[in-house]
Amino acid sequence: MQAGVSGIGRAKTGGPLKLAVPRGALFQGTAELLERAGIEVGDLRGDSRALIFDGGSVELVTMRPSDVPTYVEAGAADVGITGKDVLLEQSDRLAYELLDLGYGECRMVLAGRRGDRSLDEEERRLGAMRIATKYPRVAERHFESTGRQAEVIEVKGSVELAPLVGLADGIVDLVASGRTLAENDLEVREEIAVCTARFVANRVAHKLRAAEVDELTARLREARRR
Amino acid sequence: MIHPIPPGTRDVLPDEMRELRRLHLALIEVFERYGYGEVRTPTIEYDEVLARGDGRAAGSAYRFFDEQGDLLALRSDMTIPIARMVASGHIRIEPPHRLCYVAPAYRAVRPQRGQMREFTQGGVELIGAPAPEGTAEVVEVLEAALDAAGLTRAVIGLGDADLYRQLLAELGVEGEDREAALRLLETHDIVGLERFLGGLPGVSASDAETLVSLSQLRGGEEVLAKARELGGSAVERAGARIEETFAALAARGAADRVQIDLGLLRDLGYYSGAILEVYDPALGHVLGGGGRYDGLMSRFGTDLPAAGFSLYLERVHVAQMEEERLSGPDASPGPDGGGS
Repeated sequence: MQAGVSGIGRAKTGGPLKLAVPRGALFQGTAELLERAGIEVGDLRGDSRALIFDGGSVELVTMRPSDVPTYVEAGAADVGITGKDVLLEQSDRLAYELLDLGYGECRMVLAGRRGDRSLDEEERRLGAMRIATKYPRVAERHFESTGRQAEVIEVKGSVELAPLVGLADGIVDLVASGRTLAENDLEVREEIAVCTARFVANRVAHKLRAAEVDELTARLREARRR
Repeated sequence: MIHPIPPGTRDVLPDEMRELRRLHLALIEVFERYGYGEVRTPTIEYDEVLARGDGRAAGSAYRFFDEQGDLLALRSDMTIPIARMVASGHIRIEPPHRLCYVAPAYRAVRPQRGQMREFTQGGVELIGAPAPEGTAEVVEVLEAALDAAGLTRAVIGLGDADLYRQLLAELGVEGEDREAALRLLETHDIVGLERFLGGLPGVSASDAETLVSLSQLRGGEEVLAKARELGGSAVERAGARIEETFAALAARGAADRVQIDLGLLRDLGYYSGAILEVYDPALGHVLGGGGRYDGLMSRFGTDLPAAGFSLYLERVHVAQMEEERLSGPDASPGPDGGGS
């Protein structure tokens, strides 16, 4: 099916490339990588409430990781950094995924209560599992591609709560160390994907500012190896 | 009292309509100057006929039954209806046929994305003129259309639709694997592509690297030399096709705004050979595209080489406004619209 024609996205001007920088869990790793790549990150690291920082050769625009694909697709940011989990959940957003930056490694998993058989029981007796998640599309795709039915319930806050109080029998969530799962008496049942930070680019910027995008990609690739 | 309209559709009021009309007329004026006659085809067609044109995509997003129980569909572009029309033999003159349109088309939307279900396309179809001259003519008309719209900074990307299909076949990647690789190339998921090719037993690490580097090549004529260094007969053939088109464009003085792009892939199933995409620095989205579809006419029983392009009229309008805003001394044009 051909996608509809979008009319949004008109924030492009000249000047240095705009790089969308994720706040939150990926922020430290991103700042370190950018520093190694020779980008000015002093102000970015400071405690300013500003959202836009001068990075020298690039302009740094800070935002929630889940907003990065939105800004990059529309061209409001030329390039950006965000987690693969975000890109998987928003796979219909058009952003060129150019580089695996390697840091911020997490696993997207299906987890259930330790020793609890209700996931299997539900599937056997009710034909579907109830799954709570912040990643409804990733979850739906996972069950669809493995030939199972699931009732996917989207929640915004701590997903671990859902199986503890009976909203769902399992969760699909991102796990770094696994401590939160363990503390809530949950265990990993299946691994869905390994997620790391990724470097993405707007389609038009990738074409019209090819030299700058390629140069930045090369610098980040170099910095990643160090 | 508010009576809603479906998401992805909208009302157009006089101020906007006046500008859209001006743009519409400017495009048609350019197309006619190059000998392209304006046509109109029905907004609704038999679903079966539209599906015949595009074997891979699922066809129209909007289908319904008429009072006879026949399945009708809203067209998703103008290329297939025009191919259908030309093949039906209404036009009692010898090819090549030069036809143009400014008309609405319909596509599915994803919720909350600002996407339009109904949008206007303006473009041309040149049916019966082979590559490279036919392609070069279409690009020349496209450039004149962009100039007429005031988008003098717009750039046209030129790629080859068969490059990766052939290159993957050459590497022994066939069937589902090839389709999967093409999808990754289409969305430009380079990380995914590296990983996918790395996992295929028949593809060596250096072949995979070649393919990935190839998809990142874009720029002037020097790109072709770089591509050839990467090697392979598929690259050689596609490179030769692009070079021919580029030479034909240069001969017409129309190569300056063309960027060769070996990473270009369009998501419509009917393209073969040259493919085009249009960008303007003022907009984060593609303004339009096109290319050759030498196999499309034969699906309707008439074997003719063909090429064309279409511009999204509303996006061109947005780009026009942004270009005016960026270049004009007065940052906020008055209600008259301002600018040329």
